[in-house]
Amino acid sequence: MALPYLWLLLFFVVPFVIVLKISFSDIDLAIPPYKPLLEWVGKHSLAIKLNFDNYAFLFTDALYLHAFANSIKVAFLSTLMCLVIGYPMAYGIARAKPAARNVLLLLVILPFWTSLLLRVYAWIGLLKANGVINNVLLSLGIIHEPLTMLYTPFAMYVGIVYSYLPFLILPLYANLEKMDWQLLEAAEDLGCRPWQAFYKITLPLSRNGILAGSMLVFIPAVGEFVIPALLGGPNALMIGRVLWDEFFSNRAWPVAGAVAILLLILLVPFMMWYQSVQARETAGAR
Amino acid sequence: MNYRSSFFILTCIGFGFAFLYIPILSMVVFSFNASKLVTVWDGAHSPTLKWYYALLNNEEILDAAWISLKVAVINASGAVILGTLAGFGLARFSQFRGRFTLNAMTTAPLVMPEVITGLSLLLLFVALEQLIGWPAGRGITTMTIGHMTFSMAYVTVIVNSRLASFDTALEEAAMDLGARPFKIFFVITLPIIFPAILSGWLLAFTLSWDDLVISSFTSGPGSSTLPMVVFSKVRLGVSPEINVLATLTLTVVTAMIVGVSLWMARRARLDQGA
Repeated sequence: MALPYLWLLLFFVVPFVIVLKISFSDIDLAIPPYKPLLEWVGKHSLAIKLNFDNYAFLFTDALYLHAFANSIKVAFLSTLMCLVIGYPMAYGIARAKPAARNVLLLLVILPFWTSLLLRVYAWIGLLKANGVINNVLLSLGIIHEPLTMLYTPFAMYVGIVYSYLPFLILPLYANLEKMDWQLLEAAEDLGCRPWQAFYKITLPLSRNGILAGSMLVFIPAVGEFVIPALLGGPNALMIGRVLWDEFFSNRAWPVAGAVAILLLILLVPFMMWYQSVQARETAGAR
Repeated sequence: MNYRSSFFILTCIGFGFAFLYIPILSMVVFSFNASKLVTVWDGAHSPTLKWYYALLNNEEILDAAWISLKVAVINASGAVILGTLAGFGLARFSQFRGRFTLNAMTTAPLVMPEVITGLSLLLLFVALEQLIGWPAGRGITTMTIGHMTFSMAYVTVIVNSRLASFDTALEEAAMDLGARPFKIFFVITLPIIFPAILSGWLLAFTLSWDDLVISSFTSGPGSSTLPMVVFSKVRLGVSPEINVLATLTLTVVTAMIVGVSLWMARRARLDQGA
């Protein structure tokens, strides 16, 4: 047990401390491109120099705040769309016959095991100007000019919902599968309409599954890089992409560090929430 | 219990699966298309295997695939060892110092945005290099360490949940009969949780094989992985060879998943029969 503990401490926790440290450094034209925080001033005094400029910069340039706000909006709406598509699927799978259930579950898991990059790539082929969707619509005569879909916010939403859907279905299914369906029959016997029974019984009982699945979509989607970079076009401002560009294109490591720290501060409450939901789920299962 | 599903639910499932599978199947279909335009079907010369030959002769992609394979195998093996130990600790010992931290540290990587993990790992490697001279530069080693850190979290979850639903009476009986804890682990516990370990290995392999973001941060010159090469190609638009790559990936994944689930179903039947 000590081994994984030390491993995670060294390669997961300590790195965040270093990011924090570098987010307070000056940018330098050197390798690595930042200045040390601690400096010997004279012979016997060590000076710590904390530079808040990187953070101040993030709050003065509208680009960063806009990117943060937009990332949250995109992640939130994508999570909602995943729920709308994924809940009926998880519900249907949980209520299918056991043999069919295994096959359907396998069909949900399969895309999840196939490369994310390749699945996002598939949407480029579907959405581009001479892509599959435009070709089909044109040949059916529904449209007369190709629609612009690729490199728009629409394409980005489609990509995120598509890629994260299995992450929502699986925990939700695991939760619904344990449900006692006799409760629904009892409710219907007592005169409840199916929709009413769903709203009053199924929905509240599957709360933990909904929360766990939503969190598995929302948290990584806020920092998503690949999908906005490939489908979103140059104007798709997402914070993960901003961080990537600061780091790789501008070589502004301290600014990238500050972006990472702010993003982390934003997401930690959600991660803790997720962990407590998970703990309740496993406690309930035993 | 009855298994009736309303028309509404069936429609939703139908649309949902169409949404999940149409993009994947379109890649398969167009991998046989002769036209370089990829999505415009060239009926006169298709279906063809020409892009399959092109892919198998593409040095850049083959080299990258070889690096990805090496990283993925080492990563999966390491992640399984670390993840099994962590999962075992969490499932078997309800009270120990650091349990809360270990639990948090194995849950967080599951949801942590990859750009944060990637950036922080890179900065760690740079700082370590300055401090102790290791790792000298970045490449396969640093990438593998990065991959192990996040994929062991998945193995931990799988092993932990398998152990949670496992009858400890077997272990206790062995202990009563005088077996040492070490022997019990290898003779009783390990064979029972073997399916979970196998799933964990396969998942860790896949996560590493697919990873773009953490690899980009932690790799060095000359160690581009397959996803990094694919990403730089895809940024320039569609390419018929990528469709071929997707089709091959899909074939391997399907064979693997179907094979493993049939094997597990058989094993479960044998266990019940015994």
